[in-house]
Amino acid sequence: MAHAVTAPPGTGGGERAAALAVRGLAKTYPGGRRALAGVDFEVAAGEVFALLGPNGAGKSTTMRILTTLSRPDAGTATIGGVDVVREPQKARRLIGYVAQRSGVDASGTGRENLTLQGRLHGLSGRTLAARVDALLETVGLTEIADRGTREYSGGTRRKLDIAMGLVHEPRVLFLDEPTTGLDPEVRAEIWEHITGLAGAGALTILLTTHYLEEADRLAGRVAILDRGTIVAQGTPAELKGDLRGDAIHVEVLDPAAAEPARRVLAGLARVREVTVDGVTVRALVEDAAGAVPLVLAALTERGVTASSVAVARPSLDDVYLHYAGRSAKEERA
Amino acid sequence: MSTIASQSWFMTARLLRGTVREPLFLIIGLVQPAIWLLIFGQLFYRVTDLQGFGDGRPYLDYLTPGVVVMMALTRGAWSGGNVLEELDHGVLDRFLVSPVSRAALIAGHLCQQAITIMAQAVLVLGLALAMGARFAGGPVGALVLLLAAILMVLAVGSLSMSFALVIRRSQSLTAVIQFVLLPLVFLSSAFMDQSLAAGWIRTIARFNPIDWAVLAGRSALAEHPDWQLIGTRLLWLAVLAALCALVAVRSFRSYQRSL
Repeated sequence: MAHAVTAPPGTGGGERAAALAVRGLAKTYPGGRRALAGVDFEVAAGEVFALLGPNGAGKSTTMRILTTLSRPDAGTATIGGVDVVREPQKARRLIGYVAQRSGVDASGTGRENLTLQGRLHGLSGRTLAARVDALLETVGLTEIADRGTREYSGGTRRKLDIAMGLVHEPRVLFLDEPTTGLDPEVRAEIWEHITGLAGAGALTILLTTHYLEEADRLAGRVAILDRGTIVAQGTPAELKGDLRGDAIHVEVLDPAAAEPARRVLAGLARVREVTVDGVTVRALVEDAAGAVPLVLAALTERGVTASSVAVARPSLDDVYLHYAGRSAKEERA
Repeated sequence: MSTIASQSWFMTARLLRGTVREPLFLIIGLVQPAIWLLIFGQLFYRVTDLQGFGDGRPYLDYLTPGVVVMMALTRGAWSGGNVLEELDHGVLDRFLVSPVSRAALIAGHLCQQAITIMAQAVLVLGLALAMGARFAGGPVGALVLLLAAILMVLAVGSLSMSFALVIRRSQSLTAVIQFVLLPLVFLSSAFMDQSLAAGWIRTIARFNPIDWAVLAGRSALAEHPDWQLIGTRLLWLAVLAALCALVAVRSFRSYQRSL
């Protein structure tokens, strides 16, 4: 398979030492399902890097290999120069991991969970107690630290998860879908915490997400993964810029009218990449402002009633659509 | 303290904390042995009248070691379920990503099993005494039975955890336990003297670890323990438990490969 990989941007990537370097990572599961078909990327120290992609694209497999839970068939991955396959014990000291499935022991309190995690990393005594207190404070769990985690809400548990991933002061923090299934307010809160962590400088963060808004807000660079290969990577701005032109979103009242509307748009000159997402038809055009009257006229001519026509700079969702061939929202539905 | 030992202790303490906070499971684990003692003890008490059965002690005395070993067997067999639960909740992955030794993860579960089975065995022995059983072997005999029960829980617990890590389906675990456990118990001298059983059963029982544990415990509780029998059976059980624990630690590799 061709390696459809765009080179990391010349600035930034090369100057700082790579905290994380992934080369030619491949993995086929027993039973023949190919999860990764040669993945390459590099993350600089202190950078926040997001992996985007539909379900089954290989995001979680990549995460599992980098966190030493799984082994690749081919390729290498190094964290701060330590090979995760050859020296997993050494690599484990450098990484923190917040998995999709929580990992909080329900029979213990928040403090007990956090303390145990610290002990497993060789911390003890006052150092550990002080660090546990500080982390509980940071994620706002001090008041409920001595309550059983069974009583914690999803958001609270997630905050504890993040604290548990940080107790040994790792160099690289892996966040696998950190806000999936959380309320919007809690999501915003978690984003704030992540931004705070990233802002402190030393920590490198690799996150996977379904929410493109999340990647757009948090990540300095993103890579789009599809069917086990990286199909695009760069800063969100670069990726949006690569699309050329503007996004035009036509909304129809009746979902049944979406398909006729799509055909109308697809028939117009200068209109590219027309896709349907519920009652929204999206497309890219060279000159959106000039195209709106043409689009409206064409729709009226075919008897399709649009409830709104909006023009926007392409979003990361449009980028995703372009590369992964389906909308991230559609993927979640 | 070496790293593995202290890590094992952290894991044991974590699991014991859970057991103490939710003692219901411990109590449920005692219901079955109590029922065996009450019902089997009453149902078969005349069996000792048979020519060649046991050494003349009442059936309740004969039965008690069998019930303790069976309790250990059941407890060990279900320990894979605890691992599956940790797996489902991501707790196991969380540990595997830390530099904790894989042996300590298994050891934590095994120590917790051993400690809880000791508590349960003491309670069952107390119940048997209250029901009128008499153990001439005294505290030393009781300790031998406890040791046999612990070795049993370690061996079976390790196998069950390996199964959980490799197969990772609780339905399959349940099926195997239900299919294997009871027949194996009846292919031992837990309830019936082997000298009165069919020849083929006697042959199988000789290689059945359940029988080793029952024989050692029962002999130790008798008036004149056969220390050679006790010593060899305990040794075989210890070797088996060590082998099974090794398999359990190795099965983490299979788990990791399949991810």
